[in-house]
Amino acid sequence: MILWWIGDVVLLAVVVPVVVYLLRAVLHAAQSIVPSVQEIATVAAAGSKDLDAAALLLTTQDQVAKTVAGVANYGGSLDVILDDAC
Amino acid sequence: MTPVFAVAAAGVVTILAVLLIVVALVFYLVSVIVQLRKITAGLDEVIAHVGEIVQKSAPVNDIVTTINEQLDAGVDLLEGLLVKKAGMPDAVGLVDGLYAGSAAAGFRNFPESSTIKAPRIGEVYTRGTLTLARLGREAPIAAASPDGPVLRNVEGGSLAARELYPEIRQTGPEHLQRSPVIGTDAPVQYEQRDDIGAPRKRLPSRS
Repeated sequence: MILWWIGDVVLLAVVVPVVVYLLRAVLHAAQSIVPSVQEIATVAAAGSKDLDAAALLLTTQDQVAKTVAGVANYGGSLDVILDDAC
Repeated sequence: MTPVFAVAAAGVVTILAVLLIVVALVFYLVSVIVQLRKITAGLDEVIAHVGEIVQKSAPVNDIVTTINEQLDAGVDLLEGLLVKKAGMPDAVGLVDGLYAGSAAAGFRNFPESSTIKAPRIGEVYTRGTLTLARLGREAPIAAASPDGPVLRNVEGGSLAARELYPEIRQTGPEHLQRSPVIGTDAPVQYEQRDDIGAPRKRLPSRS
């Protein structure tokens, strides 16, 4: 009988506080993850929005090709009308 | 206290303790589950946005590589043309005059250009003068490049321009006819008029 009471005391004085402490720690850890995930989601959305202009690179590529072609034609003309240095 | 009541009391306390533990477990585990559901929802949103990023950035590498290749070809063309037409020293001097300090880097396709001492073309002559020099209009830069060969053959380059002038200048005589000398020491004195400086003659009155 005495051992039973001792077990009850241990259960109430040690086991219950330890269980509550560990569960609270897990809850705090889980709660701390939520804001970080939300910030990551916000940054990912902003990054995705920033890349909307990436499609314009196709236009840039086309313009660069045309510009280089124009420069090549201009250089070819200069090569004809100007004397070489030596 | 009888043994029966003692056992019952101890059992009740045990049951209460276990019940307390179970309640704590339920409360905290449900709270954790709620937080994990929030995390899952947030990660789903992150995954969706990351998927968009991957999809949008997929062609960037190829496009940028193509653009760089085309720009490299343009740079090669312009460097080669500049060196061919102006010569290495003057090409380095021209680029250094336009972009101070760039002579140290030299041209990309001409490693020896980084060791050439750049003539101070940009400090002495303007861009317009340099352009005229390259077009063969007898600009002084064509004959006065500080360190290094001239930009182009002065004699050959100026021939086309000299042909625009009258024949007497084009043939290059040793002495052209000198301009007349004027003044009191001039070898040819023009006729002196007496009336200059004299009192004005009174005109006859009209009657």
